Amino acid sequence: MTTLNLLYFARLRDALGCGQETLTLDGAATVASLLDALRARGGVWAEQLDAARSFRVAVNQTVAHAGQALADGDEVAIFPPVTGG
Amino acid sequence: MSAAFTVAVQTARFDPGAEMAQLAGLPDVGAQVCFVGQVRDFGDSQAVTALELEHYPGMTEKSLLAILDQARARWPLAAARVVHRVGYLPLGEAIVLVLTASAHRGDAFAACEFIMDYLKRDAPFWKKEHTAAGSHWVEAKHSDQQAAQRWQ
Repeated sequence: MTTLNLLYFARLRDALGCGQETLTLDGAATVASLLDALRARGGVWAEQLDAARSFRVAVNQTVAHAGQALADGDEVAIFPPVTGG
Repeated sequence: MSAAFTVAVQTARFDPGAEMAQLAGLPDVGAQVCFVGQVRDFGDSQAVTALELEHYPGMTEKSLLAILDQARARWPLAAARVVHRVGYLPLGEAIVLVLTASAHRGDAFAACEFIMDYLKRDAPFWKKEHTAAGSHWVEAKHSDQQAAQRWQ
């Protein structure tokens, strides 16, 4: 079991209607398997997190790649490409 | 002297003159470069009345400090500072300050532009534009990706 603290920001938070949640996945998890679990919710989740869409994932506040392993208690943020400055 | 490399994310206004005065006493500094970005009236849409800036507390500060570290590795800097505002910022308000100090102007100019280019590509901030017709999130620009890539 891998329990994750998920954060969503900006356009993605608005579209998903969710800024923060706790999610538990069975067994070992990676960024890719987390995204699959979220897409499996269907609707706006499948649409917004479609692989063709542009978004970033950070694990414990560092940008992560799809194959990165997730550990129990990790903070995983999903957000649109940044537009500061 | 790592205390000379600092970042701040805040809602309050900043004072560029006061920020530069902080570094005026460094004996080996011959040049300071200060960039200020501010809210203008056009972006993805026309007649922008305000921007709203959101960030990822914690990661944003770490990201900015990492960018300063990269700048220090490339240019001999005595000091550098980034101040970025968040929240609701009406037309004309300052958004971001990047300040660099070095022995020579060339290094200070280059480092300042590098820090700003990397900030726009990497630091987790997001802008929402407000107009009379409503508000919308700003789309990331390919030109900002290219601006950062030219330093590689």
